[in-house]
Parts: sequence; C-alpha cells; structure tokens
Amino acid sequence: MAFPHRPDAPELPDFSMLKRLARDQLIYLLEQLPGKKDLFIEPDLMSPLDRIASVSILKQHEVDKLYKVENKPVLSTNEQLCFLVRPRIKNMRYIANLVNADKSAGRTRKYKVIFSPQKFYACEMVLEEEGIYGDVSCDEWAFSLLPLDVDLLSMELPEFFRDYFLEGDQRWINTVAQALHLLSTLYGPFPNSYGIGRCAKMSYELWRTLEEEEESETKSRRPEIGHIFLLDRGKKRLRELPNRPPSALQGSVDFGPEVTSSEKSLKVLLNADDKVFSEIRNEHFSNVFGFLSQKARNLQAQYDRRRGMDIKQMKNFVSQELKGLKQEHRLLSLHIGACESIMKKKTKQDFQELIKTEHALLEGFNIRESTSYIEEHIDRQVSPIESLRLMCLLSITENGLIPKDYRSLKTQYLQSYGPEHLLTFSNLRGAGLLTEQAPGDTLTAVESKVSKLVTDKAAGKITDAFSSLAKRSNFRAISKKLNLIPRVDGEYDLKVPRDMAYVFSGAYVPLSCRIIEQVLERRSWQGLEEVVRLLNCSECAFTDTTKEDRASSESLRLILVVFLGGCTFSEISALRFLGREKGYRFIFLTTAVTNSARLMEAMSEVKT
Amino acid sequence: MNRTKGDEEEYWNSSKFKAFTFDDEDDELSQLKESKRAVNSLRDFVADDDDDELERVSWSGEPVGSISWSIKETAGHSGSTQEGREQLKNQSRNSFSSYAQLPKPSSTYSLSSFFRGRTRPGSFQSLSDALSDTPSKSYAPELGRPKGEYRVCSLERFRSLQDKLQLLEEAENMHDGNVITAVLIFLKRTLSKEILFRELEVRQVALRHLIHFLKEIGDQKLLIDLFRFLDRTEELALSHYREHLNIQDPEKRKEFLKTCISLPFSAEDSAHIQDHYTLLERQIIIEANDRHLESAGQTEIFRKHPRKASILNMPLVTTLFYSCFYHYTEAEGTFSSPINLKKTFKIPDKQYVLTALAARAKLRAWHDVDALFTTKNWLGYTKKRAPIGFHRVVEILHKNSAPVQILQEYVNLVEDVDTKLNLATKFKCHDVVIDTYRDLKDRQQLLAYRSKVDKGSAEEEKIDAILSSSQIRWKN
Repeated sequence: MAFPHRPDAPELPDFSMLKRLARDQLIYLLEQLPGKKDLFIEPDLMSPLDRIASVSILKQHEVDKLYKVENKPVLSTNEQLCFLVRPRIKNMRYIANLVNADKSAGRTRKYKVIFSPQKFYACEMVLEEEGIYGDVSCDEWAFSLLPLDVDLLSMELPEFFRDYFLEGDQRWINTVAQALHLLSTLYGPFPNSYGIGRCAKMSYELWRTLEEEEESETKSRRPEIGHIFLLDRGKKRLRELPNRPPSALQGSVDFGPEVTSSEKSLKVLLNADDKVFSEIRNEHFSNVFGFLSQKARNLQAQYDRRRGMDIKQMKNFVSQELKGLKQEHRLLSLHIGACESIMKKKTKQDFQELIKTEHALLEGFNIRESTSYIEEHIDRQVSPIESLRLMCLLSITENGLIPKDYRSLKTQYLQSYGPEHLLTFSNLRGAGLLTEQAPGDTLTAVESKVSKLVTDKAAGKITDAFSSLAKRSNFRAISKKLNLIPRVDGEYDLKVPRDMAYVFSGAYVPLSCRIIEQVLERRSWQGLEEVVRLLNCSECAFTDTTKEDRASSESLRLILVVFLGGCTFSEISALRFLGREKGYRFIFLTTAVTNSARLMEAMSEVKT
Repeated sequence: MNRTKGDEEEYWNSSKFKAFTFDDEDDELSQLKESKRAVNSLRDFVADDDDDELERVSWSGEPVGSISWSIKETAGHSGSTQEGREQLKNQSRNSFSSYAQLPKPSSTYSLSSFFRGRTRPGSFQSLSDALSDTPSKSYAPELGRPKGEYRVCSLERFRSLQDKLQLLEEAENMHDGNVITAVLIFLKRTLSKEILFRELEVRQVALRHLIHFLKEIGDQKLLIDLFRFLDRTEELALSHYREHLNIQDPEKRKEFLKTCISLPFSAEDSAHIQDHYTLLERQIIIEANDRHLESAGQTEIFRKHPRKASILNMPLVTTLFYSCFYHYTEAEGTFSSPINLKKTFKIPDKQYVLTALAARAKLRAWHDVDALFTTKNWLGYTKKRAPIGFHRVVEILHKNSAPVQILQEYVNLVEDVDTKLNLATKFKCHDVVIDTYRDLKDRQQLLAYRSKVDKGSAEEEKIDAILSSSQIRWKN
C-alpha cells in the first residue's frame, strides 16, 4: 500500500532454489544409509529443517522415528541411527556415550553423523578420543542459506556472534565464504564488492580464494547481482541496541491463545507469502491500525455483496471468490489479534519511560537521570536482559561508564539477578559492549574533585556538562558526522516516512544502513575516511570493483548485503525503505536474524 | 548538548516524537477493536469449513506433521508415529537429479586446501620448498571424496619447530578458524606445554583459538596452566569460578565457592565472590530451617502461603523478598531476618524499600507498608518519606490490588501534579482527582470529570458541592 516499489526496481532472483538444493542434498545423504533408520535432530536445526522438508519427505527416505538430541536416555531400537547436528563438542559426547553404551551392551548398529553446515576437526578429534572414530560415518550437509523471505537469507548461525566477537574463533568464516561461493555459482559473479570490518575482510578474502581455486564457470556468467556489501558487528561498532518501538511484526511468530482467540496457539510463518503481512510489515506500528481497519471494512463490503445475489451469482461467488476472501479473513483476524496484544504490552509497564530513556541516551542528554532509571530497572528485577541492554547502550553512547556508576550498577545487577552474572560482565567487557571509562580520563579526575564539593544532584549535572564538552565519545562523533539523529523541524510524520529513521520513530538511523547508503552513493569509501577512522576500521574497509560490461543496469541496482554477526529487522526495514527511495533492491544475507535482546543473551553466562 | 530541563520537557511534549507517545492510543485501540468486531462478525459465515484452511495444530502448538511436532510424538509414545499422508515421492525423485548440479561439497576443514593452493605463487612457496624433499607417502587420498580430488595431508611430517610454526602461520593466513584449530591440536600434541605457550603468546589469533578450544572440550587444567603462564590472573580466577555452575549439590557448591575467595580477582570482584559464598551459606541455613517449619505445619505463614520453590541459589534480592515475606518481624540477630540481610550485604535503602514494599503489599499487610514510609522527626511529627518516587509506590501497590483508600493516600503524596492526576484517574481515586482540580481551580476539567463518575454517587455530590461553592475563584 503505502510503499510501492518504483516501477524500475529490479526483480529479485529466485531464492527458492536454495531450499530445493538443500532438501535434495539432505535426501542424498539420507540415502547413503540405506534401509530404515531413526533420525536424531539437533534442536537448533529443527525449525530450519521444517522450512525445507516435511516429515513425509523424511519418511519416504526410510526415516522411521524422529528424536531430539537431548540429554535423555535413548529408547530407539532401530538398527541404524542417523544424527543431524551442528558441529559441537557436546553433540559428539552425546553420540559417543550412546555408541559406547551400545558397545558395552554388545550391540552393533550403524551410525551416521551428518554435520550441518560443515564438520569441524575438533569434533572428529573427540570421536577419535572416545574410540568411536570409524564406528560412525561422517558427512556434511552444506545447508547454510535458508530463505526466510523473498529478499532475506539466513545462515541460522546465532553462535557466529559469540564465537567470533567474544571468543575470537574464526571457525564460521569458511562457512560464510562457502555460502557466498554458492550464491555466485548460482547467480553469477558480483562485479562490485565493498566491506568494512576485520571479519568481513577475512570472509571476503577466503571467498575470493575459493573462487580462484574453482576457476569455475561463474566468471562467464552474466552477473545478476551487481554489488555485494559485507559488514560485521565489530567491537567498536554500534550494535542496534535501541529498542524498536514496535513497528510491524517480522519473521516467525508464536501466536498465543490471546491472539488466535481460540484455545490453541499457532506458529505462523510471516513473509511475503502472507498477503496481509506483506503489506504491513514495513509500516511503522502506528500506521498498522488504520490499515487493518480499512482492510476489515473492505472485507465486510465484499462479503456483503452476496446479499441480493441470485443463485447463479451466488454460485459464482462461492466458487471463485469465497476462498480468497476466507483466506484474507483468517489472516486479518490473526494480525488484528497480534496488534492487540502488542498494544497491551506496550501500554503496560513503563514502555514510554523506557523509550524516553533510550532516546535520551542516544542524544546524550540527561545522562544522570537515565542512569538512575536503569538503576531502578535493575532494583525492581525487571527483565535482566533489558537491564543489560540499557547498560550497554549507556556504555556505547558514552564511551564507557563512569567507574563509580559501573561499580554501583554492577553490584546491584549481581544482587538482583544473581552473583554468577559476574561472568556475564566479564564477557561484555571482553566484547567491548560494557566498559568502564579509563580512570585516567582527564576530566573524570576534575569531576570527582568537584563532586566532592557539591551535592550529588549537582554533581550529576556537572558530569553531564563535562561529558558533552569532552567529546570523548566516538559514538557522538560518528553520529554527528553521519547525521544519525536527524534534526527534524516540526513533527515527524510516521505515516509518510522521509528517511530511514522511521524505523526508530524518527529518532535514529541505524549506523550500518547509513554507511551502506553513503558507500553506494560514492561507489567507494572515499570521503568517509574520518568515519572509518572513528570506527577503528582504517585497516579493514575495502572496495573491489571490476569493470563489468555485461552487468545490466538492472543488476547494478541489486545489492547483496552480508551481515556477519546478525542483523535486525529494523535494519532490514530501513534498507528496504532506502531501496524504495532510490530504486534499488536489497538482498539480505545474515548469519542470523537477531535483536539486541538476543545479543545480550548470547553474552549471558548463566544457563537455565 | 546543553539542554536545560525546560527544553527537554518541551522536547518531549512538543517534538516530532509525539506521534508515538500513545496519547491517541484510545483512538487506535478503538479502531482496532472495531476492526476486530467486523472480522469476528464474519466468522459465522466462514466458520463451517474453516478447518481445512487452518494448519492443523497439535496441543503443544506445532503444526501437525511438522518435524518438531513429530519428534514430540516420538518422545510421547515411542511407538506409532503417524505416517505422512501426502505422497510426494515422484516430485522429490525428479528433483533428485538436480543434485548432480550442486557445487561440489568441497572439503571444508581439510588441510588439503593448503596444498591445493600450493601452486599459487607466493602462497605456500616457502613451506613447500622447505618440504620438497619429504616423501610423498605422507599424502594420502582422503576417503569418501569423489574422484579423490582432495587430498588430506598428515601433519606428522612437520617435525621441526620452524615447520610447525610456518604451518600455523599459513593456517592463520587462510583465516579459516577450523584449520587453525586443527593445526593447534597437532601442535598441542607434539610440543611441550611451555614451548607451545611461549610461541602462542606472540600469536594472538592462534592463542584465542586455543583458549576457545580448551574451553569447549573442558580441559580446565591446561586452560588454567595457560592463563598462569600468560599471567592473566583475572581470567584464571574467572575460569575457575565458572566451574561452580556445574556443581549441583548446594553444600559442595558452597565449599567450592569458598576456594574461589582467595583467587586473584580484582578487589571489587573479590567482594562479589565473598558475597556469593555468604549468600549461599545463608540460604542453606534458611532453607533447612524453613523446610522443617513448613513440614511441621505449626507456622501460620507457611500454611497460608506454602513455598513455591527452594530459596537455594536465588539472587540476593529474591532472598530478601523471601525473608520480607516469611520472616519480616524477626529480630536482627537471626540469619533470616531482612534487617540482617540488609546489613550483611549492604543493601541500599532504595533497593530494600522496593523489595520490602513488594513483599508486604503481596501479603496485603498495609500496616507494614505504612510503617515503611513513616518517619518521625525530633518533634514527634510523622511524615511520609520514600527513597523511591511515590508514583512507583502507587504502581506496586496497585499491582498487588491494594484498596482505593490505601492507593489514594499514596497518590496524594506524588509531587508532580500531572503524574498525580494521571495515576489518580487511572486507578479511580476520585477524591484525589476532584481535590486536585479544585486546588487548580480548573472548573472545566472538573465538569468533564463529573460525567465520568457514577450518577448519584458520593463523588458526584462532592463535585456538585465544589462547583456551587462561592469560595473558589475558578480560572476558567
């Protein structure tokens, strides 16, 4: 409705092929173990698997029973066991226990482990150590690109973020390179490449190496996708931490009974196939109501037409239109239910206060009040993840917390949510997400002297003034440089968004999106040196453009954006908006769709 | 940015963000409700054969026939899994042939990729030169690979330290973490600890891979040795402390935590560890005591409000809540008394009051709530004070369904007039609303409010009395 694509916008390539490829490859692997077998599936793989294959397909290839890989005794009596797992040490131990238990019971079975998306040497090492190497056969299912939507491919690897950015392990870089290789095999070479971040650079280099080795036909193909843009969630880079004032819904959503208005809850896949959803998904939430009510009225009118119909017309109506109407009706009631429950949630609690605090943090005023808001948030034991997120937002926008605040917030956090979160804090510090300002910082010393002389409240004011004077914060400098916080005269009309900031109610343009916009305009990093320096990426911003005559002008407006470490739906919506403005189409490839809460969870040490 | 307070207020009240401050939520909600009604009214018409359209869903919510559903079925009654109904055999057979066109599943971790790249100028020159005299028997065709096109190389022939380090360097240059780890596993096996550590100290990328690998396989001993060698005392301490998460038995966990206290943490973290130990120690005592009290059935509070879970391993604030709930009146001397906890762990006033308030309100002990905020000055006058805003107090009381009289008292204590009016309206504290409008001399608002109270109620009478009063100089 409100945002049609420009008529000259290029067509998206057909990614459903990726699903077929993955399914066929899985079938091929299952056939490698002929005969009846039980299949053990890693929980994390279940939902991706559900999207490309069904139980009946598995059954056709002689899968008898399905089990979840979990720490429970195995009841299977089958002679052949097949494991479909992520390459993780704990899975290897699980399999080893099972095989060794069989061995000591004098039982022989056939075992096959299928690693997805690839196997790791460390896993095989464990199999070897446990003495079952050779008893199990190993295979790889290179299923690393799951189309979640017409323009969104996910690698479904949320652990990428923690493994690389916290632990410094580069194990998934090869997976990314392989995925890019697959895409260029299927859709032709990418004539123009850009990237920023160390991880992005390494992935790019490894991928280029693969391409050169294969010397494949890809080179002779006409490019379908003109640009590729790699960016990672590096240490100093701002994660999309602000909460998203819920605009539209995205992804796969569990709808509880309050939404479906029936006893059962429903898992719904949301993408462009859902007609109602495809129209509202990029809307700001405040627009959705009007749209839905219009839809409801239209629907009513169409149903009403059946009054006064004669038999023939009625027959026609039933056979031709009713089905469509019913479908629409069902979707509509679902989405209305969802909106209701979102409204309930956001008017409850102190959502407004929260948003207000976030805006204040982004703009950098009222730091003292925001800090005490966070403190109270912690004291009341409101969601631990939310509290962490706010603290990280404060840390990033202020370039670290003042030591006094850091200590007091940390102490209260441990008291509210458990002492073992000491480990979480150490992780966050390691990942650069939550840090203390260096005690040597010149102004802090003065500040602490002054604060001894005045009351607490006044000290807070002075602190505010100092930090805005000091410009210690990289974030502020970048934000100013790139105009991330747009100054708007008058009201920001969310119904007619004018820039990418609409995804945060006009308050903030996601940094990643702004960078992409700027680089695409320039076709290079030229003129962005200062920004790159502030991001600590002078070494790892790269451009690689080839003179590609065969690239059609249409393909040059198709851009593949690769997010290493995950991307948010806010970023996706913002770029979709940019695409509509400029006549581009963006394709998103992400290691996982994420949000700030999930990032925080990844950093949290406490497993329940 | 030097915004003054006034600026900010203006900003929040007038700026572009207003579009999303829910001021017009009523409109939106009613719009939504209307839409919902409309859609629901159509339900009858479509209800008859809705089922075939809706995905079939099991009790647990997964669509019937999905893989996750199926797995639960297996787990439930490990016998009869439902056979799939659709026959898609032909279809999938057809697509099967397309597998041939798949890009070759290239070897991913195999070191072979090194050797494939060997011929490229510059990439592996030096190492291959160094190895040019090694016999080719160390190359073995990797099993199971089509056409044997990838070859895996045994690492055993990298004997000299120089070769090993060069191997590691090549692995780092490839950027593939899996290959780096593979080489590290080999180095770990063939080099002494000291040499390995020494060499890794100057190779940060490889070092981080080794640390992650040791964490994953749980080689705690070597990890600690490594941290000790690197003189990373804090990581060493944290790594040891992390172990406690794997200990389930509370006594054993407590003993383990005791060993953590002397670890080289920062001064600040040391205090946290000490607190962790003390907390668990207390919890064990409280738990034993209360379990006994509860099962004896003599204590009223436990009979009325049976405990839902054990207090062991709960956070401090939860423990404080628990103690405010079950042991509020106990003397400071007992371990389970709230005051004792407050002192031992130096719980800030604000935190203490919030928690005690929540606990006492839950028990509807309004007296205690009252006492929590009442202070006497030296003249003996009492005054209500709170380290937290009274609007927060009101919210907590409301959440615990406090009666209007109680709420009213605290709403009245809210300083900011707008917040007060808001809360009073929201929680139907009519007297407060009416009095406030009277004090504001806002006749219009009072008139408007009259329409919201029940006809013939005491509130209506009160409003009428005020409106007809000649004492008040209305501002409108």
